[in-house]
Amino acid sequence: MTQLEELVRQSEVKAAAPPPSPPSADDDIDDIPLYAARRKIYPQSVHGTFRRIKWAVLLITLGIYYLLPFVRWDRGPNAPSQAVLIDFPNRRFYFFFIELWPQEVYYLTGLLILAAIGLFLMNALAGRVWCGYLCPQTVWTDLYMAIERFTEGDRREHMKRESQPWTLETYARKGAKHFLWLMVAWWTGGAWVLYFADAPTLVKDLATGNAPFVAYAWIGILTFTTYALAGHMREQVCLYMCPWPRIQAALTDEYALNVTYRYDRGEPRMSAKKAEQMKAHGERAGDCVDCLQCVHVCPTGIDIRQGSQLGCIQCGLCIDACDNIMAKLGRPTRLIAYDTDLNIKARQEGKPSTYRLIRWRTSLYAAIIAVAGGVMLYALATRGSEGISVIHDRNPMFVRLSDGSLRNGYTIRIVNKQLKSRDFIVAVEGLPSTLIDYVGLPPRADGRQLVSVGPDQTKEVRVLVTDYSQTPPAASTSILFSLIDIDSGAVAQVRDHFFGPERR
Amino acid sequence: MAEEHKQIDALTGTATTGHEWDGLRELNTPLPRWWLWTFYLTIIWSIGYWVVYPAWPLVSDATKGMFGYNSRAAVVEDITALHAMRGPMMQQLASASTADIAASPQLIDFARAQGRVAFADNCAPCHGAGGGGAKGYPNLNDDDWLWGGKLADIEQTIRFGIRGGHDSGRQGNMPPFKDVLKPAEMSNVADYARSLSGLPTEAGADLKAGQKVFADNCAVCHGDAGKGNREVGAPNLTDKIWLYGSDKATIVQGLQNGRGGVMPVWEGRLSEPVIKALAVYVYGFGGGEK
Repeated sequence: MTQLEELVRQSEVKAAAPPPSPPSADDDIDDIPLYAARRKIYPQSVHGTFRRIKWAVLLITLGIYYLLPFVRWDRGPNAPSQAVLIDFPNRRFYFFFIELWPQEVYYLTGLLILAAIGLFLMNALAGRVWCGYLCPQTVWTDLYMAIERFTEGDRREHMKRESQPWTLETYARKGAKHFLWLMVAWWTGGAWVLYFADAPTLVKDLATGNAPFVAYAWIGILTFTTYALAGHMREQVCLYMCPWPRIQAALTDEYALNVTYRYDRGEPRMSAKKAEQMKAHGERAGDCVDCLQCVHVCPTGIDIRQGSQLGCIQCGLCIDACDNIMAKLGRPTRLIAYDTDLNIKARQEGKPSTYRLIRWRTSLYAAIIAVAGGVMLYALATRGSEGISVIHDRNPMFVRLSDGSLRNGYTIRIVNKQLKSRDFIVAVEGLPSTLIDYVGLPPRADGRQLVSVGPDQTKEVRVLVTDYSQTPPAASTSILFSLIDIDSGAVAQVRDHFFGPERR
Repeated sequence: MAEEHKQIDALTGTATTGHEWDGLRELNTPLPRWWLWTFYLTIIWSIGYWVVYPAWPLVSDATKGMFGYNSRAAVVEDITALHAMRGPMMQQLASASTADIAASPQLIDFARAQGRVAFADNCAPCHGAGGGGAKGYPNLNDDDWLWGGKLADIEQTIRFGIRGGHDSGRQGNMPPFKDVLKPAEMSNVADYARSLSGLPTEAGADLKAGQKVFADNCAVCHGDAGKGNREVGAPNLTDKIWLYGSDKATIVQGLQNGRGGVMPVWEGRLSEPVIKALAVYVYGFGGGEK
């Protein structure tokens, strides 16, 4: 028997052995359902520091989202006066003073890098704090829960009404809730399309039924997704759909601030009365009174006292809830707090708790953000308002003229990012004696051949470069094309090659 | 399987699937209901798709779908729409002369776009994708034109061809001299022709004799100075461009057997606007004359 076969045999023996763990009380689980039914969560309202921060963030982020398209920005007569506009038909993106062309999408790549590393940094500092305060799913869900409490009442009232036979009032309240939800959803979709066209005009067109079909379609899609995700799926999005909780476990560490139940202080749990008795006997009693307030206010319905877990979005509402109870009991607050695992251990060992902001991880993230941001800013600050790109003819690579000189053909694309028409000349350096012909471009009255490019446009010109030097040509000579604005003298350059037959 | 299901993980209290690997058992964490229903919905959707669109291949046919949609008809529709869209511009091209086209930037752009496609379909096999030519097939980018490089000349060449059998086509060829000239005479005149464009001659070549042969036999078409004659398509022998090659053997071969490449007649094969578009496009290669 080989070693492998022996191993296989052993594993078979193990598999056949009875399960090591004893079956639990509810043994009869033959009919395991195909799906996990959703456990409905009725988050209770709460007041406190973190709730106030969340309201502020909600107002600011939603305010920006809904109102930004209406901010005007004067760019002159030929350009749209919307501060933030994604102009697909004309392939331009406007962001306040920045105008991006399609070939400049690398700025978008840069932004994505900044966003990703920013999220990592946030995570290294304070865990999933993005999820709790800034994630769109959280913000809209928060708003939807507020509407739900407004129409159907807070946790107790809501649960009570649903457990009793439904009355007309129940239906009316639910109807009102869904109507308000749909209004918010519709407004969300409506604001989205305003980023892609002149907002005031589009609003008028939408109202009068003259807007393009695609606008209505997008409003419909986003109305549906907002209503479904923020209204009906809520924590399911965080638990099942979002990849972030799965990734963030690899990005967080023991130094990160996480919503933490300070079990060193809270355990063992017992009622306030019993705790007094215990203390009177000189025995240890925890501060947690097991009131379940932290569970009731949790938007994902978890019990933070079970420790750091996937369902926790770090919103801090349980901290507020617990603080309120502790204040009532006259005990110190922050039994649940943003804290690190290291600190709990430190306190248990009698050491002072600390929070290290500057660590290898955070320094690295900050450095990457600084470098990427710096490169982007530099590129943005130094980019010219003209551009040139060159494509060499491939067939033929070169042409011999009747007098024996060599000629190469190039297709040149000239970009004029200014909002006025400009005249350019193209110059070539790197050959002994050259002549440039613009195909199909008649010379001006003064004999000069200028390429005129309209405002905010590009123009393609075919250019023939002839080397009259009659010196034996190299197979390939590096040459430099310069695009010169004849009025301002602004120059854009690009390198290419001049080909000839191989030297023998 | 029921037997295996009766296992509860002691640590979490969750049921296991009964699958075990080396003592590790898989917890049964079923999918949420909405997830499952989304999956079922996609299956139902796919069935609907089979019914609505042509989907299933049969023995000699395929299911037609509910609304008779098929991609072939959609393409035909697109092409029809394209023709309708291009119609007015094509008509303008057809009625305008090549000179008119060259004067209108809008028409030039349209003609070039049309010409680029037509060139790739019809001309590129001989002249190359960019008009670079090949041995015996003229390079359309250089400044040497056998029959003239003005827009009208190019249009005429494309329309009626060269030695292509059309009455209005360009005629004239290089006759074979193998029965007329002796080998020595051919050798001398070949060296003389090479000397006209500054190419080195063979040692011992009698250029004087070559010149005499040239004057007697070749000057009729190629001119006394060898500058060529566009009336009959006789090449200029004093420039650096040699359609068939400039080495002596090639020249002698041409002398012996003659030359007469054929440019096909395109009138009747290509539409009026396309011929004009091609002329404009070829002119734009860079070799065209003002």
